[in-house]
Amino acid sequence: MSLCTATIATLRQRLLAKEISPSEIVQDLAKNIEAQNETLGAYLSWDLDAALKAADEVDLSAPLGGIPIAFKDNINVKGQPCTCASRLFEGGYTAPYNATVTHKLTAAGAIPFGRANMDEFAMGSSTENSALRRTLNPQAPRHIPGGSSGGSASAVSSHMAIAALGSDTGGSIRQPASHCGIVGLKPSYGRVSRYGLVAFASSLDQIGPMTKTVEDAALLLESLAGTDGRDSTCLDAEVPSYTKALHKGVKGLKIGLPTEYFGEGLDPRVKELVMNAAKKLEKEGAELVEISLPNSQHAVATYYIIAPAEASSNLSRFDGVRYGNRAEEPRDMLDLYSRSRAEGFGSEVKRRIILGTYVLSSGYYDAYYTRAQKVRTLIQQDFTQAFEQVDAILSPVSPTPPRKLEEAKEDPLKDYLADIYTISANLSGICAMSVPCGTLNEEGDDLPIGLQIMAPHLGEETLFQIGSTWEKIRG
Amino acid sequence: MSDACLDVKYVADLARLELSHEEIPHFQSQLDKVLTHIEQILSIDVDGVEPTSYPTPVYDRVRQDEAQEGFGQEGALKNAPDQTMGQIRVPKVVDAS
Repeated sequence: MSLCTATIATLRQRLLAKEISPSEIVQDLAKNIEAQNETLGAYLSWDLDAALKAADEVDLSAPLGGIPIAFKDNINVKGQPCTCASRLFEGGYTAPYNATVTHKLTAAGAIPFGRANMDEFAMGSSTENSALRRTLNPQAPRHIPGGSSGGSASAVSSHMAIAALGSDTGGSIRQPASHCGIVGLKPSYGRVSRYGLVAFASSLDQIGPMTKTVEDAALLLESLAGTDGRDSTCLDAEVPSYTKALHKGVKGLKIGLPTEYFGEGLDPRVKELVMNAAKKLEKEGAELVEISLPNSQHAVATYYIIAPAEASSNLSRFDGVRYGNRAEEPRDMLDLYSRSRAEGFGSEVKRRIILGTYVLSSGYYDAYYTRAQKVRTLIQQDFTQAFEQVDAILSPVSPTPPRKLEEAKEDPLKDYLADIYTISANLSGICAMSVPCGTLNEEGDDLPIGLQIMAPHLGEETLFQIGSTWEKIRG
Repeated sequence: MSDACLDVKYVADLARLELSHEEIPHFQSQLDKVLTHIEQILSIDVDGVEPTSYPTPVYDRVRQDEAQEGFGQEGALKNAPDQTMGQIRVPKVVDAS
């Protein structure tokens, strides 16, 4: 029986029963990567020797003992590359330290294996902004895998990974999970440490699991969550047993359906699938409540002020001095900065740095940035009020099925607008999960569609309750 | 609509980002379009609304002042594009004249 197609939960049982060894899992994945990665492009690199060495030394009694995990290529694993899919690091970069999530996962017995492709510096929602290679959607190879964690989603969906880590600033875990037919969870802001994640927008970024099942997401989050002295935004809040929440069912839960998330712009076929899931959850004992999130219509505009502003500041560290590309024979320091950055960054990153610098510049700061922060308050208040009425909110992840490759090439706004249902969770700090809810057939391809479940800040248990119930009744 | 005008070349200079002759008009038209969408927030009534910087309150949390293992000189220099005598080398910054 193939090991790479199994879940974390199944592999853990077999490892504990001594039916299989960690190195056999790594070898089986490696075989699959060799067979598929050239076509699918989910990984930028992988180090089989390091993974096999770790597999030999792993503590099987630890919660994730012997499970290989793929990492998005913006999370530092000591001794491995961390390119952020940018030409800036094409000349080589070896992480000199471990991210906190790397430390936590290896302490839990997991084996980091594979560096997953992504939109450059996590900016994009198709993985087409990777400067290093193209990634295909394993379920429909003429279509995008989503992004920015598209490599992680593609790897899990094609069984080149048992599970993976992604990062989500505006939907970058949930949208590729939805497009590739897997589970993706953006934890609440502060639930998981970002130390060692290459920062994009610090008030929005979260690291989270991308898995084959809801149970696997719970298993991974149990090891990822928790306080960290190296990230002052990481909360000192108790980490509950998420796996216990898997069996609680949805009886008595109030689930909100926001009017604004089912209106104009939503593909009616996607709407039908999401509503079908809602109705099935109602049959399991949940109560459906129509709610309103009136300020969500401003979410895209607010996000594309705040995220580029923070990015323009965070990416100023890439100056050609300590790491990354350095321009040849610079005239002076300014020339070194300007040309090193120009040579290293791709178009989308440049666009966002310019936009972010503009909204933070003198004369425009209050008009754009401060105002966007105030609208952010209104968006957050919408959720606070909604969660006084309901326990969770159900919506689509993306308004349309995964689009075809290169369809938004010269029109960045087209992709920005497709983030409409995911970015509010980042702006307000709540947790949200994408779970597969069906497929739509287009020109012979079955395109996966995801269901988004949102819950209050630190309400991940509710996500697992609803997500696992849906998985059981989905059929 | 505001009277805002994003001068791509000027702002890129502020961001220490050299743009090619082809990139300037290209980014200008793309970002003008994005800006037109973003400007919808200018018409929202935000009187009396407090700005939100972080979704959760961020306090000045400090960890215990205990010595921890660092990179060391070799680790810190490992990725530096140019180095000499255990230090990162950059073009001359101070003009002696």
